[in-house]
Amino acid sequence: MSDHVITLVVNGRDHRLVVDANRTLLQALRENLDLTGTKHGCDLGECGACTVLVDGKPTLSCLTLAVAAAGRTITTVEGLADGDRPDSLQVAFAELGAAQCGYCTPAMLLSARALLDVDPDPDPDEINQALAGNLCRCTGYVKIREAVQLAAARDRA
Amino acid sequence: MGHDYAVVGGRLPRIDADGQVSGRTRYTDDLKMPGMLVGKQLRSIHAHARITNIDTSRARALPGVKAVLTGEDFPITYGILPVSQDENALALGRVRHVGEPVAAVAAVDAETAEAALALIDVTYEPLDETVTIEGALSGDHTRLHGEGTGTNVHRAAALEFGNVEEGFALADHIREDVFFFGGNTHAALETHSAMAAFENGRLTVWSSTQVPHYVHRALEKVLELPAGRIRVIAVPTGGGFGGKTDPFSHEFVAAKLAMVSGSPVKITLTREEVFYAHRGRHPVLMWVKTGFRSDGRITSMAFRTFLDGGAYGSYGLASLYYTGALQTTTYKIPNYRFEGVRVFTNKPACGPKRGHGTPQPRFALECHLDKAADDLGLDPVSIRLVNSVEPNSMTVNHLRITSCALDACIEKVVAESEFSAKRGRLPRGRGVGLAVGAYMSGAGLPIYWNDMPQSEVTIKVDRGGGVTVYSMAADVGQGSTTMLATVVAERLGLAPSDLAVVTGDTDLTPVDLGSYSSRVTFMAGNAALEAATKVRDRVVEAVADKLEALPEDLVLSDGTVGVRGAPGSEVTWPEAVRLAIAAKGPLAESGSYRAPKLAGPYKGAGVGISPAYSYTACVAEVTCDADTGLVEVDRVWVAHDIGQAINALLSEGQVEGSIYMGIGEVLFEEQAFRDALHRGPSLLEYKMPTFLEMPAVDTYLIESDDPEGPFGAKEVGQGPLLPVIPAVVNAIHDALGIRIDEVPITPDKIVSALRDQNRGGEGRVGPTGIPEFEFPPLQRVEPPQGAPR
Amino acid sequence: MTTMPLPPFEYHTPTTLAEAVGLLAGSPRAALVAGGTDLLPKMKRRQVKPTTLVSLAAIPDLRGITTTGDACVIGASTLLADLASSDAVPPMLATAAGDVASPQIRNAATIGGNLCLDTRCNWADMSDGWRQASGYCMKDGGETCWVAPRGDRCWAISSTDLAPVVIALDASVRLVSARGERVVPAEDLYRNDGIAYLTKDPDEILVDVAIPLPTRPGVYRKLRRRGSIDFPLLGVAAAVACDDEGTCTSARLVVGGVSSAPVRVHAAEAHLVGRRLTDDTIEEVAGLVSSPIRPQDNTDIGSRYRKWMIAVQATRALTELRS
Repeated sequence: MSDHVITLVVNGRDHRLVVDANRTLLQALRENLDLTGTKHGCDLGECGACTVLVDGKPTLSCLTLAVAAAGRTITTVEGLADGDRPDSLQVAFAELGAAQCGYCTPAMLLSARALLDVDPDPDPDEINQALAGNLCRCTGYVKIREAVQLAAARDRA
Repeated sequence: MGHDYAVVGGRLPRIDADGQVSGRTRYTDDLKMPGMLVGKQLRSIHAHARITNIDTSRARALPGVKAVLTGEDFPITYGILPVSQDENALALGRVRHVGEPVAAVAAVDAETAEAALALIDVTYEPLDETVTIEGALSGDHTRLHGEGTGTNVHRAAALEFGNVEEGFALADHIREDVFFFGGNTHAALETHSAMAAFENGRLTVWSSTQVPHYVHRALEKVLELPAGRIRVIAVPTGGGFGGKTDPFSHEFVAAKLAMVSGSPVKITLTREEVFYAHRGRHPVLMWVKTGFRSDGRITSMAFRTFLDGGAYGSYGLASLYYTGALQTTTYKIPNYRFEGVRVFTNKPACGPKRGHGTPQPRFALECHLDKAADDLGLDPVSIRLVNSVEPNSMTVNHLRITSCALDACIEKVVAESEFSAKRGRLPRGRGVGLAVGAYMSGAGLPIYWNDMPQSEVTIKVDRGGGVTVYSMAADVGQGSTTMLATVVAERLGLAPSDLAVVTGDTDLTPVDLGSYSSRVTFMAGNAALEAATKVRDRVVEAVADKLEALPEDLVLSDGTVGVRGAPGSEVTWPEAVRLAIAAKGPLAESGSYRAPKLAGPYKGAGVGISPAYSYTACVAEVTCDADTGLVEVDRVWVAHDIGQAINALLSEGQVEGSIYMGIGEVLFEEQAFRDALHRGPSLLEYKMPTFLEMPAVDTYLIESDDPEGPFGAKEVGQGPLLPVIPAVVNAIHDALGIRIDEVPITPDKIVSALRDQNRGGEGRVGPTGIPEFEFPPLQRVEPPQGAPR
Repeated sequence: MTTMPLPPFEYHTPTTLAEAVGLLAGSPRAALVAGGTDLLPKMKRRQVKPTTLVSLAAIPDLRGITTTGDACVIGASTLLADLASSDAVPPMLATAAGDVASPQIRNAATIGGNLCLDTRCNWADMSDGWRQASGYCMKDGGETCWVAPRGDRCWAISSTDLAPVVIALDASVRLVSARGERVVPAEDLYRNDGIAYLTKDPDEILVDVAIPLPTRPGVYRKLRRRGSIDFPLLGVAAAVACDDEGTCTSARLVVGGVSSAPVRVHAAEAHLVGRRLTDDTIEEVAGLVSSPIRPQDNTDIGSRYRKWMIAVQATRALTELRS
């Protein structure tokens, strides 16, 4: 087993960690940094619940080694808000009931944020495609889609 | 329906939404305690075997291992139903399915715990396996429960209401069909998790459970601790759908590991382990025979069900009766016979999933009815309307119907979808289907016999006017916490977000039986309403004294208490509260709900009764690819008689989630086995629909103002799922002329049916018969007064 | 806490290809990792047990798409997401890359990883406990392939979406090891054996993929139950060149997801050459594509259906090409 000293740049803060090579980014976030907003649903890359943004792109933290994420820019749900100003997606998700049990919500928000950052005016099909790797068991996706559209409209305004 | 509510029926966000969207809501696996150990369970690699020896010495010797348990540490059995106490927290002497927990360890980290499991040596003596319904009924397999060989029948039921044969004699047309509903599972996105700590002689268990009260009772029994020394906390739960409604092995094991090791212990199941914990939808083989008059009116119905229960009882006795209970709640059936049998097989135990035991017969019944309509030259709408039940009536099996807007629901979806213009007229490959359903607003009886209320709610108001609502109801995402806040806020003239709601904690909150059977809005809602009414009355009395007004002239609104029609008279809510406390002491009031006694005069009558039934109608429109067999659901229309929405936004969410789950069940999902081995216990192989499979939906909440529901409300969490499945099946028939009498409808079944159709066959895929089985003697029951004739 | 911990291993991040091949040469139980989306689940399930991982992520030369006059060269570490949105690669390759798994997977997975994707089987891609319950299969070091217990081979399925496409595009791959470098036709990278499914030696690194230009017009048709996440039930890649009259001058027809290697159906290609893509020809060719292929019952949905679907997907691919 090899120890690695790494720096994870999470939500704009540098964290120096000593990790074993087999530690996933998911573990590092949840267990080393106590950023438990990132969830796990399968640990095998099949549900999307552990999605975080790595250099702005939705990435499965359960299939990313912490050592491989070193030095890259990581955004978790805890980093979405700008201080006390929540992200427009967070506001819209709350407002439109896009979270039921809330377990898929952090990952869903991050995938949606990555979409809106590159496509400020996605149509429903583009939303479906962008979020097709995030499973939700409660909502039937309907209100999530609506919330993404609402947030996009407000972002554009 | 003409009520002028301030917050009830609105579209306010959940009161706990901030935590959900910020990532700050802590689910069980997000919790940790100083010195916490990781628990893991060793699981059986045999479907059926005796355990002749377990040697844990090597595991105990591994550095970092703090406790090791086996079945001998759990001699006391449990089970959710008092009559099915057939599980041990760890297998004792025998394993009955692959994946059954056999031993457990607590260690300093997950890697050590996993290494320790590999050092536990279990010696098995394999037994023959029972894996099918037919095998279980054959009588020549080793019995799963008890000794020797014989049938593996768990329980059989046989009931007749009215006279079925006489009813058939009155029929102009009789039709028989056989259907099979493949089993499926809840697959909540959060895997089950429990954390336990034992301090000062008191045990605390945090768990992702829907039923903290039942877990509390089961822990008391299995661990032989006084209930007063056990605290169960239902942590915000990442989805339930019935999958977290049993007490589970890992809950007992985490508790015992904490007691033995002296350290807090957490066990979080892997996704695969959740498939083994299961308790999902039973596979059910069904036979139905119905007599019709030429205008479509039903004269008589006989229904037989065969349930593959898996290895343990769970809720299975109730599941069995549910497969026969609710057929009569949508259609006037003057004579009705139900015979059902649940068998044990060497697979993970089935139990309650959204709709508990009723989606399977609903699928069969709604498809059967469409076929009968075709036989009779009727259309799907008229055969349903001619039979639909009426409000304030009794069913032949003694279910009391109060509010019922079934006709309105049917008419709404038929009109909005342009069903009649589309059916039979869309291009080949496209079709529409109609189906209906009904579901209970809470089971009429608790799971264990008692005379106490099914829901209790306490409201405490502090001197600053802060209102805290205490209820054991567990929010599993359905929004019950917001529902409670809304009901109380409405009565007190406050906003839901003004309130604090403490839930799911056996130390802090009065009992609610749990989040199952769609009972919380109706039962906890009524209890909350009663408590809030008492609080209101105390406040009104004190303010009336102060203002020298009549109590009945006071109104509570917008955080004030004032005299109706006298602006400027208002006292602020905090001031009003202080007056009430000054007048009569602490302002804390409780309310409770117990369902009226509704059970009919027969054994099994406890299943199916409910203080109110929701009604749903659904139209689905599909496009089928005749070459690949892939089905795309284009649009779904659902009208749901909810009585009164407490929160329309959250209610719509329940409908939309039900449509989603129904589409998953009808086209994609199956808890499938190759003999006794799960075919794919993963979210890759278990095909939950993604965004791309979810159609556009149109949801209509129909408000029939139930006379007994809180503000007229009925359930919405489960009923809307029921008609979705048969509506899609019927739509596929409309699209291609084939009949798939078996769900899930995977594309190979469609292609097989089409190939058969092309060869001149009937274009059907489905079971061809039912096994020979001698049901018990019929229990004959006189229909009640007011039942259909 | 993690429910499926990874086993321990050494981790290396070489920054040059030379360094990487050196590390591989020195550690027989080393595995290459790029995106990790294929390897890490298999390690979590204890299907493979490398003691060393050599990451390709920090070797800049391995990433990127270069088009010269006569070839499009794609570095092995190029992300599927980048391929899917690239105008520089043949459209059928972009389509296939965009059809792989989910958006998140495509942000990590690479073309090299997808081409070297381990064969899959629903007897093998299971947890250790499940495999113990079934009895370890041949791919797992056991004696028997549970898919065909009386046979003497492993039937795990080649499930890469990109392999049929690069074969149809006549691509070649460059393999580099401490021993040297060789270029092999993509078709020859694969072997119809669920265990030794690649002809690449363990110490060789697939460095890039070269697609000769110009390419024949081509399409890839993937069949799967869900529009995302799923591996192919099967995939048909068809690349067909026609003259001005619409007569086919050359063709490549390759089927993935049905065997332990992508299946190039020469007889069907030969039948197509010299003919126009009429309905009749398409039907004949689709029949020829399907005829030699015998899918096994070891993925989602049974073999009979997947057999039927080969001709259906081939027909659709050719029909789409015609338009």
